[in-house]
Amino acid sequence: MKFDETPIVKDPAKEGLSPPNIRENASAAVRCYPSKPKDTQAIGLPGERVPNWQEKGIAKFAELLEKNKALRVYMDICVRCGACTDKCQFYLGTGDPQNFPVMRAELMRKVYRRYFTPAGRANTLSEAADFDEEMLEKWYTYFYQCSECRRCSVFCPYGIDTAEITMAAREIMASIGVSTKYVTEVVAKVYERGNNLGIPPAAWKDNCEFLEQDVEEETGKPIRFPVDDYGADILLVPPSADNFANVDTMIGYGKLFYALGIRWTTSTYCNEGGNFGLFLNYQNLKKVNKRIIDAARMLNVKTIIWGECGHAWRGAILTPTLNGPMDMFDPPYPYHISQFIVKMIRQGAFEGRIDKSANDDYIVTYHDPCNTARAGQLLDEPREILRYCVNHFIEMPRNTIREKTFCCGAGGGLLTDELMPIRMAGGKPRAMAVKHTGANYLATICAICKAQLPESMHYWDVPVKVGGTIDLFARALLL
Amino acid sequence: MDTSSVLWTLISIFYIGLSYFAALCLIFGLLSKLYGYLRTPMPWPEVVTPAPETEGGAIMRVVGDVLIFPNLFKADKYLWAGAWVFHIALAAILFRHLRYFTYPVPSLVLSMETVALFFGYLFGVTILYLFWRRLALPRSLYISNIPDYFALVLLGGIAASGILVSYWLHVNIVDVKAYILGLMTLRPTPPPAHPLFLVHLTLVLILMIYFPFSKLLHAGGIFFSPARNQPYQIQNPGHRYINPWDQSVGD
Repeated sequence: MKFDETPIVKDPAKEGLSPPNIRENASAAVRCYPSKPKDTQAIGLPGERVPNWQEKGIAKFAELLEKNKALRVYMDICVRCGACTDKCQFYLGTGDPQNFPVMRAELMRKVYRRYFTPAGRANTLSEAADFDEEMLEKWYTYFYQCSECRRCSVFCPYGIDTAEITMAAREIMASIGVSTKYVTEVVAKVYERGNNLGIPPAAWKDNCEFLEQDVEEETGKPIRFPVDDYGADILLVPPSADNFANVDTMIGYGKLFYALGIRWTTSTYCNEGGNFGLFLNYQNLKKVNKRIIDAARMLNVKTIIWGECGHAWRGAILTPTLNGPMDMFDPPYPYHISQFIVKMIRQGAFEGRIDKSANDDYIVTYHDPCNTARAGQLLDEPREILRYCVNHFIEMPRNTIREKTFCCGAGGGLLTDELMPIRMAGGKPRAMAVKHTGANYLATICAICKAQLPESMHYWDVPVKVGGTIDLFARALLL
Repeated sequence: MDTSSVLWTLISIFYIGLSYFAALCLIFGLLSKLYGYLRTPMPWPEVVTPAPETEGGAIMRVVGDVLIFPNLFKADKYLWAGAWVFHIALAAILFRHLRYFTYPVPSLVLSMETVALFFGYLFGVTILYLFWRRLALPRSLYISNIPDYFALVLLGGIAASGILVSYWLHVNIVDVKAYILGLMTLRPTPPPAHPLFLVHLTLVLILMIYFPFSKLLHAGGIFFSPARNQPYQIQNPGHRYINPWDQSVGD
């Protein structure tokens, strides 16, 4: 099937999205709140900055250089050609040159050169810098103004992936007791309650029961939202926000599985796909991710399906590597809900059961979440679903979609209130592109996008409703 | 022996020594750096998608990166044009230099006679363009540093002195070849006593020493970039990605 049917609208660079002038230190003051000892201790990190932090940090850096090819290669090979300088939404939004991907990475390279290269030790031609208080402050500021979205990698002649550099810098910082309140709090909540929002198991069950009543009233059908159903076919791992803020998406899952007659369940042990370990360190990444496999084993399900969540899908891709072979589950694994729906569509499961006109009040455009597009190969599936269930689908300008998509502005552990200035600034390119289409429904498959986009669209004055692709699919589905 | 011949003997010894030193630096520096990349594991799948799903596809992607710089083309057409022509000219010039290193000289190298000067000029012009670009565009100026200018000045000096000794202030190329083949066969002879040629040689030797320890290493590093050289095989049965330093399944 061909997906690129919409006419290519004009380059937004000619429509007011040209890069801003350089404004030194424009976003230097926007910084996350530091973590609290109760959270960091709960997740195996130092409660406060360790006494010999410089030494420890450099030792960690040395360890990562031995363990991570990407980091090692990317520390050396950047030629500072400048191709990335106008590609990061945080530079486009703020004008702060430290938000050039190359300058962000240089913060780390300067330290690398000082401690790991002969020229840097001798402080000759290459630019090197000590890992001191000032540098650490810059790391803390600017490595938490990166959403690990990898847009820069798409334009780098060597594919230098700033996300890997940011992840390494955060790992080093975490090891010496420097981390952010938001990320550590979320990870701690996962260990305590099973999800990022800290919804207790009882409340999760209640929510599901309320949903059942509501949906039954609305549709007259006994649509179930099962919880901890031992022996179900499918364990759905949604982002927990789907059962809290984005309930239309949760309803979408319910209707979908009801229509297919599939026995599914969520788990109160792990009702969260979004893995904030990605934004912190390897140890927590692995530990958070393991909960998914454990939950699936506990409930003895046949397979796991990941819900509409970008970072969850990034975690899902890593699952067989981090948490062992998934041979006990039905292939394919890991499996994304979009892939599942597309497979069902192609098998004809919805033949004659879709009323596209149910979505005729919407002109729909699709926002590629960075992790599904640039980490997870999910570019065509969501579009196929949308074209199957809506009549009016329009693409955003070509240099803002698919692998060139902009981050919503809040991924990578930035979805916190104290970062609001950088979030709104970083959300600008996406908002401009949406405005360009004139759409009134912005579909996406990521819970962080669904939390950030309504705020950034409102801020940039783009009147558009934000929701999941499944929301639309379920609206069109005849039960 | 008079003073000048003593001096010339000393200069010859210096150049012979420096030439060997530079060659060793280049070879061993490059090998140790590339071996470092090779032996360092990539702990998780890291490829940036959309990506090829087969090993062959991934190899083709890297080959494409090396030959036509598709990412740069997406990013900035003017920079792409400058950088691509620069590299093509460089490759042509290096190839043409085979005539100093081989005996008999391959006919393809000889047949470049008529276009060699063209590539020399092209190389010089693109260096000037890339240098101008660094100064003229505010964002490029901001990120440029001494090593960036140094590399361009060094290459510019090599290009200018090279063109001059080949086409205007001729150096005897038989002497050049004798010097290089002498080095290669470990029976070194003095370099041609041509001041500008010695300038050219000096700059080249500096480049060779500088190469493995600088950003010029992108020439080798491009083959090791996990974001580009991994296939995307997450859902292919039997293709579980193994992390060599952590195969536990978590605690």
